[in-house]
Amino acid sequence: MTVIHLTLKIWRQTGPESKGSFKTYESGPLATAMSFLEMLDVLNERLILSGEEPVAFDHDCREGICGMCGAVINGKAHGPEKKTTLCQLHMRHFRDGDTLVIEPFRSRAFKLVKDLIVDRSAFDAIIAEGGYISVNTGGAPDANAIPVPAFTAEQALDAAECIGCGACVAACPNGSAMLFVGAKISHLSLLPQGQPERSKRALALVKKMDALGFGNCGNEQYCEKACPKGISISNIARLNREFMKAAFCSVEE
Amino acid sequence: MSWILTILRSSIGKKYIMAVSGACLSFFLLSHLIGNSVSFLGKEAYNSYASHLHSIGFLTYILEPFLLFVFLVHILTGITLFIENLSARPNRYAVPGNERNWSASTMPYTGIIILTFLLVHLLNFHFITRTVSTAELVRTTLSNPFLASFYLFSLSGLTLHASHGFWSLFQSLGINHPKYNKFLQQGGLATAVIIGTIFILIPLLIVTTDSFLQ
Repeated sequence: MTVIHLTLKIWRQTGPESKGSFKTYESGPLATAMSFLEMLDVLNERLILSGEEPVAFDHDCREGICGMCGAVINGKAHGPEKKTTLCQLHMRHFRDGDTLVIEPFRSRAFKLVKDLIVDRSAFDAIIAEGGYISVNTGGAPDANAIPVPAFTAEQALDAAECIGCGACVAACPNGSAMLFVGAKISHLSLLPQGQPERSKRALALVKKMDALGFGNCGNEQYCEKACPKGISISNIARLNREFMKAAFCSVEE
Repeated sequence: MSWILTILRSSIGKKYIMAVSGACLSFFLLSHLIGNSVSFLGKEAYNSYASHLHSIGFLTYILEPFLLFVFLVHILTGITLFIENLSARPNRYAVPGNERNWSASTMPYTGIIILTFLLVHLLNFHFITRTVSTAELVRTTLSNPFLASFYLFSLSGLTLHASHGFWSLFQSLGINHPKYNKFLQQGGLATAVIIGTIFILIPLLIVTTDSFLQ
């Protein structure tokens, strides 16, 4: 078993209003098979035993599909590996003696709760505003009852891969949520089931996104690089098209 | 009509404004470039081109005010976006990510360089009482090494600005497709470099040679 030692500079902040700062910890011996979150678990066990407040961080499934975990490691959301969530980032990608600067996602729209935890309920508020489709109640409809071309289904599924982790907002110099909203628009508006609310959805999501304090997209493409699910900025272009269509060609206010 | 204001005030609406005004400015840049290129044909051709250009009333009374309007829209919307975006990410990261997108990240700053250049350029050649031919005016103005280096610096800034802008305006208008994405991205970059190089050639040739426009 290979073992490495890291120096960890972690952002500590006791609450939303308090002033935060970096605190340096020596990791102690770490197995390279450990995930990033397991490394934090080990550190926290030691902190608890020594009577210090453990590092607060978000996590849930720990298999890269729930979107709960996330922090900025050496300036990169979810760390240096491509298409990887923090829980799927393993210690073997670091070298013995490396220093890791660990910060929370930073954006006006994501209020810091504690240490590495930020409040991403702004995403939920956007979804509640129009990220849904209308379906009849009753028995499940037959599969393939509504024809969907395979390519369209693939495109919608690619967009539906978005786990709402917020890395796009964290990586964007403008704190813009366009990749997230673009993914939701593509996911729902490409499919026949999403047609009834199509125009309303585009207008409502953008209006809510602006109201929640996210910044403006400058086509800088940092979001696409940070996304653990590889959501492409072609979804932002689709959002731009959908919004234009809804704004100029629909009767929705 | 309130719906149109609502749209244009939204984040995506402002992208449309930047894209459409940017496209208009690109057309202006292209026509300016073609005009400037006449200087490579010699002093007589250039002077005759300039005097013909100034005699077209349509340009002075319709296109000039329109151009001023487009510039103002692009600049004011750009400043609004810059201020809004600064406040959208109040806390910076301690470690900057190492893959910088230079042309995109510097858009507001190259924009300010271009604006400063525009004012100097207008003072040099537009708001001036003419006593000599256009070719002579260009030659004497740009023989000043300080001014020539300022032109070289600003035109490099313009190239950087356009290298992001040309692709970006298509993306903002939703023009993005696997069939032509590569073309737009690489074509945009190539166009910016070609336009920038030709513009830069003029002050460069004046400073380095004695025969250009002489």
